[in-house]
Amino acid sequence: MKVTIDGQSIEVEPGTTILQAARMIGGEVVPPAMCYYSKLKGSGGKCRCCLVEVSKGSEADPRPMPKLMASCVTGCMDGMEVNSKSSPRVTEARKSVTEFLLINHPLDCPVCDQAGECDLQNLSFEHGKSETRFIEEKRTFEPENIGPNIQLHMNRCILCYRCVMVADQLTDDRVHGVMDRGDHSNISTCISKAVDNEFSGNMIDVCPVGALTDKTFRFKSRVWFSKPYNAHRDCPTCSGKTTVWMFGDEIQRVTGRKDEYHEVDEFICNGCRFDHKDIADWTIEGPRAFEKDSVINQNKYNRKLQKVEIATEENILLGREEDRKKISMVEIPLTEEDIINQKNLGNNG
Amino acid sequence: MERTYHKQEINMTEALMTRINELISHYPEDKRKSALLPVLHEVQDAHENWLSIELMNKVAEILLIKPIEVYEVVSFYTMYNQRPVGKYMFEFCQTSPCCLNGVEDLMDYTCEKLGVKVGEPTPDGLFEVRGVECLGACGYAPMMQLGDFYKEHLTAAKIDQLIEDCKNDTIILHDK
Amino acid sequence: MSQKILLDKINIPGIKTYEVYRQNGGYASVEKALKTLTPDEVVEEVKTSGLRGRGGAGFPAGMKWSFIDKKSGKPRHLVCNADESEPGTFKDRYLMEFIPHLLIEGMITSSYALGANLSYIYIRGEYMWVYKILERAINEAKAAGFLGKNILGSGYDLELYVHCGAGAYICGEETALIESLEGKRGNPRIKPPFPAISGLWANPTVVNNVETIAAVPWIVNNSGAEYAKIGIGRSTGTKLISASGHIKNPGVYEIELGLSVYEFMNSDEYLGGMSSDRPLKAFVPGGSSVPVLPANLIYKTANGEDRLMSYESLSDGGFATGSMLGSGGFIVYNDTSCIVRNTWNFSRFYHHESCGQCSPCREGTGWMEKVLHRIENGHGREEDIDLLLSIQSKIEGNTICPLGDAAAWPVAAAIRHFREEFEYHIRFPEKIKHRNHFVAEPFEKVKHLVSKVIV
Repeated sequence: MKVTIDGQSIEVEPGTTILQAARMIGGEVVPPAMCYYSKLKGSGGKCRCCLVEVSKGSEADPRPMPKLMASCVTGCMDGMEVNSKSSPRVTEARKSVTEFLLINHPLDCPVCDQAGECDLQNLSFEHGKSETRFIEEKRTFEPENIGPNIQLHMNRCILCYRCVMVADQLTDDRVHGVMDRGDHSNISTCISKAVDNEFSGNMIDVCPVGALTDKTFRFKSRVWFSKPYNAHRDCPTCSGKTTVWMFGDEIQRVTGRKDEYHEVDEFICNGCRFDHKDIADWTIEGPRAFEKDSVINQNKYNRKLQKVEIATEENILLGREEDRKKISMVEIPLTEEDIINQKNLGNNG
Repeated sequence: MERTYHKQEINMTEALMTRINELISHYPEDKRKSALLPVLHEVQDAHENWLSIELMNKVAEILLIKPIEVYEVVSFYTMYNQRPVGKYMFEFCQTSPCCLNGVEDLMDYTCEKLGVKVGEPTPDGLFEVRGVECLGACGYAPMMQLGDFYKEHLTAAKIDQLIEDCKNDTIILHDK
Repeated sequence: MSQKILLDKINIPGIKTYEVYRQNGGYASVEKALKTLTPDEVVEEVKTSGLRGRGGAGFPAGMKWSFIDKKSGKPRHLVCNADESEPGTFKDRYLMEFIPHLLIEGMITSSYALGANLSYIYIRGEYMWVYKILERAINEAKAAGFLGKNILGSGYDLELYVHCGAGAYICGEETALIESLEGKRGNPRIKPPFPAISGLWANPTVVNNVETIAAVPWIVNNSGAEYAKIGIGRSTGTKLISASGHIKNPGVYEIELGLSVYEFMNSDEYLGGMSSDRPLKAFVPGGSSVPVLPANLIYKTANGEDRLMSYESLSDGGFATGSMLGSGGFIVYNDTSCIVRNTWNFSRFYHHESCGQCSPCREGTGWMEKVLHRIENGHGREEDIDLLLSIQSKIEGNTICPLGDAAAWPVAAAIRHFREEFEYHIRFPEKIKHRNHFVAEPFEKVKHLVSKVIV
């Protein structure tokens, strides 16, 4: 089956969604996704970030689809043509969804452990506005303690349902879920019970925002100060293949290995994640690249940085002659030498 | 979200269990969970119109599902109460067509008469006034729901009478 | 008198009971269908009739039936949507309460057409007494041999049960209804797959409104072609209209589609005109979700034709000057009512009823309610009107289910037709302090304060 997204065509298997096809193409055509997670069955369709325009339904039925479609749950058809980034309607819709997700969000990135690797932060960089039109009081929830390992910050949650699916699909004893409805829907155990099954820590990895964070890493460091290394250990429960985040010799936290879409390769157990923070516990394989362009990889060793040269640098430092006069420096006139230098610079620059 | 805990006496009578089993029989054997909503109605009606954590756990046990599945459902639907409520709950419809016929004034009147605010029971636990969304009686407005029944074409005088009847225990709440 | 199909026997004493219903020709369609017609022939009759879904969307019922997956060999189900919660609509309740066997007869005939052996009526939890009425009626029908194994010796089996909801408007959306029937939260599913392929317990399922199913017996008895003769154009048959608001005779009426709005509003057979001498200001023809229309667009369309009670005529002019037949919730407003307050009221409803699953609806409905609440309470800002239009346009079309659209349309329509009233609220907060502000001083009297002067 052939599908074309933003003018780039690709052959895909039947059953592939538009989002998956876009990820195969890669680059700018990939729609953002806050709730879809390829490793979780039934995820997607909820956040509406990945809406795309289907300008041609298929070869058999070329009519365009009237509404924007959630690319993560819409299957490709042969001959389908999709506009993602190239469509103004899509750009507008992404801006709208970003605005909706942010109006009640606390915007507490400065004290949020997720900052730097947060999907909502990235979405806002791309599609957000610097000012808000929401003058109402923000919605808040009473805090709930869900145990010693995981910190729940309901105010930051965007209700992607991923953590609920993790509990459903990795364990057979889900104790948390989505309570209430509408805009006061919230993730809760209802009875303030600890979420402590062996794989509960994966809720942290799948959370796209800072609603579920690692209590053992809480306020330890900003994520961009620590360096990720691929590491493994013999684990009786899971594959033991993780990423350890180091600061000097210290392992500050352990997470699953995430790809460029922030999805883990394999889910890891709580033992690996929370209880093994000693270097001796791990075989360190080597530094890990940051696949996804985000706040976290600014100024990192693995990213090639080009030296930026500003040609007018010296002129700016010196200032132009007429400006020096205009500003206030009549009392300190330029020396002859200064004037000659400046003229030379001006000619050269 | 942290929730306040309330204690409740649980009494799963034989009649109640018979009715629950009858409801379960309406669905295929392996789809027991489908009976959740009707079963919760029956259980709530038999337990002073609210559902405690213990009671919800009991329902989960009967339907062979996880307790969280019951909590999720109970908190989604507005007809299930998760805290003790007034015995006679006056649920006024406050959507547009009822408002056109003066339901807001009637609610104010009822609250004043009972000396309560919307959503809090009277100290004796007998009454509670609530505003709810459209009950599907727009042509018979203003109206309210009391137990399983609708009281329509309300006036201040009718409300006085209803309060009297409740106090004299002559109101039928459920059709069992 | 126009022809009655659903409510023709409603005044017969005791029609609620099986005996009286049967004596008056009840269950004839079951006998006819099971003994003389194949299921596909019943589907064909319904297709020919042009019957359209009466829940609001108006999708042709016969076509919906023909989509059901009969090849997979999975059990099939018919689910009746009796989760009537659209503000302004109370027709299904009337039908179920006063002539319950009509719905049950329709359920049996329709289930036969679809090859369903296990069907449900999903009724909203608030209609608890109607739930009991239906439960008893089903027992009567079962005792008379119209339900159960080998109905009328035809070899066809059907079990029918009532299932009650528990207070959620969203469960009127067919996939949310199925979720709720499965004992889950009423979160609408992502479509596709459509219920006709994978519905209740992943089996092929058809969900139809009460009124749609109740029309099937007449169609089977009298043929689809006869049904198609009633009504006008593609709006065939009769429709139940629930009328409320400032009119003399509120209640449920069965009308032939194509009746003029003027006659429906003013004739004594129907609404009998306004309830007082206060003039007509606006009306909502199809339940709270559809656009409100101002007085000048009620009886005549924008191009001067008579406005009729039909799918096409009510939507004539698109959303710019038209509305929709929707579920037939006919709400009439006189000049004492405040459009801003009414819009806020509807917005609060949708905010309260949003399931919270997808972001635009979860966040947008609450935002709109808050802004409208501010305007209605004298804290509006001039830019709030455009803000509302912007929010509603960001919700519309971007959500999983139609609730987002239903929340967005009334706000857009109110501003489209009554923008000056919003401006008045914003500019003269002291004049709208009391919630009945238009009773003593209707908007017409103060309109000059915000009217643009054309020099």
